[in-house]
Amino acid sequence: MIQEFKKIWKSYAIGLVWLFGLLWPLLGIHPDGTLSFGKTFTVWLYIACGSFVCLLLYLMNKSGGLRVVTTPLAAARDKAGTFYGTVPVWVWLGVALVLACIFPLFTSRYAQDVAINVLIYVCLGLGLNIVIGLAGMLDLGYIAFYGVGAYSYALLNTTYGMSFWVCLPFAALFAGIAGCIIGYPTLRMRGDYLAIVTLGFGEIVRLILNNWMELTNGPNGILGIKVPSIYIPSFENGFHFELFHLKKLYYLYYVALFLAIVTIISVYRLNYSRIGRAWESIREDETAAELMGVNTFLLKLLAYAMGATFAGLAGAFFSSRMRFVSPESFTFLESAMVLCMVVLGGMGSIPGIILGVAALIVLPEAFREFELYRMLVFGLAMVVMMLFRPAGLIPAQRVGTRSEEKEG
Amino acid sequence: MSAEPILELKNVYSSYGRIKALKGISVKVFPGEIVAMIGANGAGKSTTLMAICGVVPIETGEIIYNGKPIHGTNAEKLPPMGLCQVPEGRRIFPRLTVEENLELGAFYRKERAAIDDDLAHVYDLFPILKERRRQQGGTLSGGEQQMLAVARALMTRPKVLLLDEPSLGLAPLIVQKIFDIIATVNEEEGTTILLVEQNANMALQAAQRGYVLETGTIKMEDEAGALLHNPEIRKAYLGE
Amino acid sequence: MEYFIQQLINGLTLGGLYALIALGYTMVYGVIQLINFAHGEFFAAGGYVGVILLNYFAGLGFMHTHPILCLTGSFILTMIYCSFLAMAVEQVAYKPLRRQSRLAALLSALGMSIFLSNGLMLTQGVFDAPYPGELFEGGFEFGLISISYLQIMIVALTAVLLVVLNILVFKTRIGMAMRATAQDKVMSALVSISANRIIALTFAIGAGLAAAAGIMVGLYYGSVRYDMGFVPGIKAFAAAVLGGIGNITGAMLGGLIIGMVEVFMAGYISGQYKDVAAFVILISVLYFKPTGIMGENIDDTRV
Repeated sequence: MIQEFKKIWKSYAIGLVWLFGLLWPLLGIHPDGTLSFGKTFTVWLYIACGSFVCLLLYLMNKSGGLRVVTTPLAAARDKAGTFYGTVPVWVWLGVALVLACIFPLFTSRYAQDVAINVLIYVCLGLGLNIVIGLAGMLDLGYIAFYGVGAYSYALLNTTYGMSFWVCLPFAALFAGIAGCIIGYPTLRMRGDYLAIVTLGFGEIVRLILNNWMELTNGPNGILGIKVPSIYIPSFENGFHFELFHLKKLYYLYYVALFLAIVTIISVYRLNYSRIGRAWESIREDETAAELMGVNTFLLKLLAYAMGATFAGLAGAFFSSRMRFVSPESFTFLESAMVLCMVVLGGMGSIPGIILGVAALIVLPEAFREFELYRMLVFGLAMVVMMLFRPAGLIPAQRVGTRSEEKEG
Repeated sequence: MSAEPILELKNVYSSYGRIKALKGISVKVFPGEIVAMIGANGAGKSTTLMAICGVVPIETGEIIYNGKPIHGTNAEKLPPMGLCQVPEGRRIFPRLTVEENLELGAFYRKERAAIDDDLAHVYDLFPILKERRRQQGGTLSGGEQQMLAVARALMTRPKVLLLDEPSLGLAPLIVQKIFDIIATVNEEEGTTILLVEQNANMALQAAQRGYVLETGTIKMEDEAGALLHNPEIRKAYLGE
Repeated sequence: MEYFIQQLINGLTLGGLYALIALGYTMVYGVIQLINFAHGEFFAAGGYVGVILLNYFAGLGFMHTHPILCLTGSFILTMIYCSFLAMAVEQVAYKPLRRQSRLAALLSALGMSIFLSNGLMLTQGVFDAPYPGELFEGGFEFGLISISYLQIMIVALTAVLLVVLNILVFKTRIGMAMRATAQDKVMSALVSISANRIIALTFAIGAGLAAAAGIMVGLYYGSVRYDMGFVPGIKAFAAAVLGGIGNITGAMLGGLIIGMVEVFMAGYISGQYKDVAAFVILISVLYFKPTGIMGENIDDTRV
């Protein structure tokens, strides 16, 4: 044990020296022909102290030095777990639903705005979860379908004046079709080839949006998209239905909530359906699944299309809410962010993904002054998660090993 | 036979994931002898060799080589100590030429002249390899690949050579040839050999002592001749 | 005709640069079957360290007195820097995951890529960093065709690096060990090759080549940006796939083809969609011939 710790500290020390060597050229060499060490040292010291504390905690935890803290915590968690278990699940879901419904009544515009964002990304994350978490295909161009959905509504609305509710199925349909088109040629590939091809497709979609001036107005985007509206019964001047635009933010919140709930229920149902099991069998071992009579081709295509459909829904809502779309919103970084949410929360786990989305949307809002460091932390978080908790914050219950694991 | 074993396994346990592959293996190999290890598929023979070579980690027990414990040593540090394995399935580098394969056997060695001597020596032992030395390893026949694998191992100048199923999938004539070479290497260079085989007959004829493995444990241990005439062994492994 | 030749020369320049980056992808993939998403960031880091060093030398006033020395020094130091960066990334983000699922390693690589490009942004700013302009002005003119000295330098240096790499991989003992490790790690260990060292070396070499490409791109386009690694990274990956991933000669060829196609696409069809060309090639290659034009030995179950 002591030997092992010595080794860890030694490699940590080497790592710090190495880090300094990597940092200094970026911070300490100046174009006026001078060299400085002060700034590098400050940055390095922050990193060194931070990582030192983390490492110390990690080692203490490993050697049992933190038992004073962890034992009561674990006991508390167990207690909470038993309490959680005594109340039926539907009660908890009901409480969550009620809280979600009354949320706008006592919160500010800003909080509602953030909440809408969370709900959109819940749709996206759960959609991506079908592809990556259930069917086990890594999709790095997922945001393209979000873009297709967004532009579908934007174009249908601005050119034909079609309403949000009519466009919603169309946006989902178009995104689903796009999913099939992209999925069809990629189905032959597995693992990392698939990842890179989907990335390529995602970029192609963005480039088309960016360059097809006649249709999409290029990088300038599309303006003047209408918000959703509903007919509400009116009793003035006799009974009739009146068109009501959902311009207020909290109306939009309810629309987003509705979409998110639809997505959650659908994904849950899919997860525990015959199709869901087939997807999981493909994820675990594609060859075996095929030999058992699972139509892997169709099911993978279906996973792609389903994932794309939910992204399409989210996209349509996104454009109606922003009232403006441009290719800027559909870059690779967005794909990476959704992926990060899914991975962080736990692939294949619905509560995990919701938590992941909430964490990655709300935390950056809470630490607004560190806005610049946001993506840096995301990247680092992804690496750290993979190193220490590859199954995510709330791991999915039915997780096996992937077929590729045994070979690598 | 000297009293000190050159290679000794003491109560070694190892597992693949949840499957226990070795459940307390104890083996002694003395300098200069040929020891055969026989057993059915999945008895743990290959795992034992991989554990000795540091490829498969062991859970408990000890592996002593030349009086020093070597478990926990990285696999790549063992050939310089004189411990080398010809693994199951031969594992020729398919896209390297025959000569490159042999050169890699001597990868840790620096003295060029000695390496060239050894190269000439293995070409003497296996003239076919000299003919094929510019060919890619993957294009050789099974027998030639086995010869190459043995020759590559000899290039490390082993004190102890571990051979895993050298007869696997080969024609009887070639098997005989390989075993002849093994005997030559053992006699002329005094290389200690630990031989793992499913072809029990062949192995026990070549060896001085033998171990019988069954589901991760040593079931029997005796002089090779005695094992060869043991009715139980004859029934289970020699097809009688 | 002149236009065609001009495009050919431009394509050769660009293709050589893609080839240099593609080599890093293909070598790493060959050894540990991982798409190193962070490779594009090594390229970008190379561009930045190059500009930092050149500016520093210019600030010292050496640039006028010893331009060749400054340039050579910058190249060498930058390549070393990126090699060390790559080895650090490998140690931290990939090595602990070697026995984990490939998805985990891939996601870790993706995270590292995001981390590095943002690290560059934080230390170097979001704006373009201009390269000192006085290097390599002028060139040859043959009628309508012009070849700048810079292009000649890029093509020549690229060729030298490719030749050196080929010698290293195919003619030396260490290269032999690299090829052996790529083919069978367990057997390599049994003949006393340390896979860890070979993998670290592979990362270092790949990143060194990418760093050289980074400086040359900086010199060629006049500036570098923190996110410049992404698109060329994908294109170079496309080149590696086109040539048959894991195949060094293939990556060089693939890089040249991608560069040519891009330049001709921009020159004759549409400049806006030139980026699409590489992706379309990538997808068609993977669809019709996943082993690439030079690859023949890819184990199907691995891809």
